[in-house]
Amino acid sequence: MGLLDYFRGTRAKGSANIAKERLQILVAHDRTARHRPSYLPNLQREILDVIRKYVDIDMNAVSVNYEQEDAHEVLELNIVLPETARNRA
Amino acid sequence: MARIIVITSGKGGVGKTTTAAALAMGLAQRGNRTAVIDFDVGLRNLDLIMGCERRVVYDFVNVINQEANLNQALIRDKRCDNLYVLPASQTRDKEALTKEGVGRVLEELSQGFDFIVCDSPAGIEHGATMAMYYADDAVVVTNPEVSSVRDSDRMLGILSSKSRRAETNAEPIREYLLLTRYDPVRVDNGEMLSVKDVQEILSLNLLGVIPESKAVLNASNSGVPVILDRETDAGQAYGDAVGRYLGEDVPHRFIEARKKGFFSRLFGG
Repeated sequence: MGLLDYFRGTRAKGSANIAKERLQILVAHDRTARHRPSYLPNLQREILDVIRKYVDIDMNAVSVNYEQEDAHEVLELNIVLPETARNRA
Repeated sequence: MARIIVITSGKGGVGKTTTAAALAMGLAQRGNRTAVIDFDVGLRNLDLIMGCERRVVYDFVNVINQEANLNQALIRDKRCDNLYVLPASQTRDKEALTKEGVGRVLEELSQGFDFIVCDSPAGIEHGATMAMYYADDAVVVTNPEVSSVRDSDRMLGILSSKSRRAETNAEPIREYLLLTRYDPVRVDNGEMLSVKDVQEILSLNLLGVIPESKAVLNASNSGVPVILDRETDAGQAYGDAVGRYLGEDVPHRFIEARKKGFFSRLFGG
């Protein structure tokens, strides 16, 4: 950086910041995927099968989310029932 | 019992073999009986970096298959009596490394050595998982560059789930970061991830920072581990890293750019 740049205050912003931000996102994503138990896809399919015995729901209606916090793990199941299901029951 | 150290990275070309040669030589020079093993079956290179390629008769796979015994295959370094090289096979494929076979060789080496340095091949396939399976310590060699940092993180996941220590619920592998090809000037210009950036992402013990240096190519050209070139920045940085590994409190050098003179600051460049 020369004197002229100093007065102009135009210190070129390098690409290292971008690299760091991209890595932080990527690594966080990789790590959650790594810690996720391998039974999740099967669990999701079987839950879906059970619910389908009673209610006609869509493949995407069940979402299984797994999160690991310091001392415990959270398995979150989210099932969206179609509106008509409640009327029928 | 020997301490088993794996030099690993995931990504290729970051300096694993250079590091394995340098650390093994550094440990041996300090009086530790040290063996360094090339796990890159089919693409052996450690013998070249160590300068003993013309003395290879038997190799690691011969010993695993009991076609030769360890004493026949180990090559004693001509510069340091405490250092031995176990070369990889150039003709077999990586499947020749069986978990039992590798375990048996390491067990036998453990009887007569203080340190066993395992030079891992790149990737996360069989050769790499064999190199790290029995490790007590891991040196993760990383360049300050996105793909290398990501691969290192992936490797850390494998170390903590697929090693013997992980499988037997033993004390986990001690993991160290060795940042190589570091250019403090580019870091100052915001063009390269800094030590701090990489540490924030990987959060490992920092074993050392090896500056980008012409000495590394010069050393490999002549088959002399770069740590023996004590006049050079890279040689000194590896020397410091060996000290840190052995528990010495050595301050980090080569992280800051050399201060520019008044005129070069004034006019840039």
